[in-house]
Amino acid sequence: MSKLIRMDHTGHSTLARWTPDDPAAVEAAVRAFREALDRGYLGMVTTGAGHAEHVRELPVNAPLVIMRLPIAGG
Amino acid sequence: MVTAEVLPEVAAVHWRPRVDAAHLARDARRWTLCSLAHVVPFAGAATLLLLLQPLSLPVALVLLAHAWIIPELYAQRGANVLRPRGAAARPAGAGAGDAEPERRSVGLLGDLVGHDARALHARTGLVVEPGQLGTWIVGEAGAVLLHGHRRRAYCYCVKVDPRLTAAKELPSGDRIAHLLLALRSDEAGFATVANLSFSGARWRLRRRLRAELRPALHAALLRSDSGSSPAP
Repeated sequence: MSKLIRMDHTGHSTLARWTPDDPAAVEAAVRAFREALDRGYLGMVTTGAGHAEHVRELPVNAPLVIMRLPIAGG
Repeated sequence: MVTAEVLPEVAAVHWRPRVDAAHLARDARRWTLCSLAHVVPFAGAATLLLLLQPLSLPVALVLLAHAWIIPELYAQRGANVLRPRGAAARPAGAGAGDAEPERRSVGLLGDLVGHDARALHARTGLVVEPGQLGTWIVGEAGAVLLHGHRRRAYCYCVKVDPRLTAAKELPSGDRIAHLLLALRSDEAGFATVANLSFSGARWRLRRRLRAELRPALHAALLRSDSGSSPAP
């Protein structure tokens, strides 16, 4: 089962869980993903050892999608 | 680490040239010149004073102290990027209500890194991450890059955008995970967004690092020497 999580003050919150063959769950996950984007979060998926990728649409087949906040120089 | 896409945050600093090996070499030269510009005049003036008038020793010592202190202050500024913030910096027992978010955030961070990196984080609060430019040490509010055959240290101040309200409440593991994911998605973009606060010899940084953080520098050096195989 795939999971959409958002890093926040709780450590992380699970926004959605879905399987690709469950259209209703996928739709709910896509909605949650877009809401997080609207709130300024960025979608990230791990794409192998030491690699990550920024995603603009929910990758339905990814096992884990992480929403992070933007970074800035201090 | 293969860069597929430019980090979105780079748009906010579009005027900066993208960091690459040549850019790092220029930064290194600039910082070396800057250090020399501080040390040479003070040390030279101290020497001249002593030659002209040996009784001016106290003044010469003050000048030499300046020649020593100013580069040390720069190195301290570099070491500060790895200084623990938030819960990790609070005394034991303070902020007990933060324990669960901290645990959850460290759990997520642990899922992103390998066993060795997890163990190192438990000891130091820092994560070592190999990249194309060199080996990184990532903390809550900054990162250090060991680059080049001399493993020169480049200390970057970078963190979750502090202008965002949600950023203020993030537990330490999440702060590191934010930086780690950004670094992994676009290493050069990450270095471009970050502000360089110090570049200098590794020993200068080591001397200013708190003792409990030094194992991370040592681990990064070992990782650099072993050829940088990425963590899972």
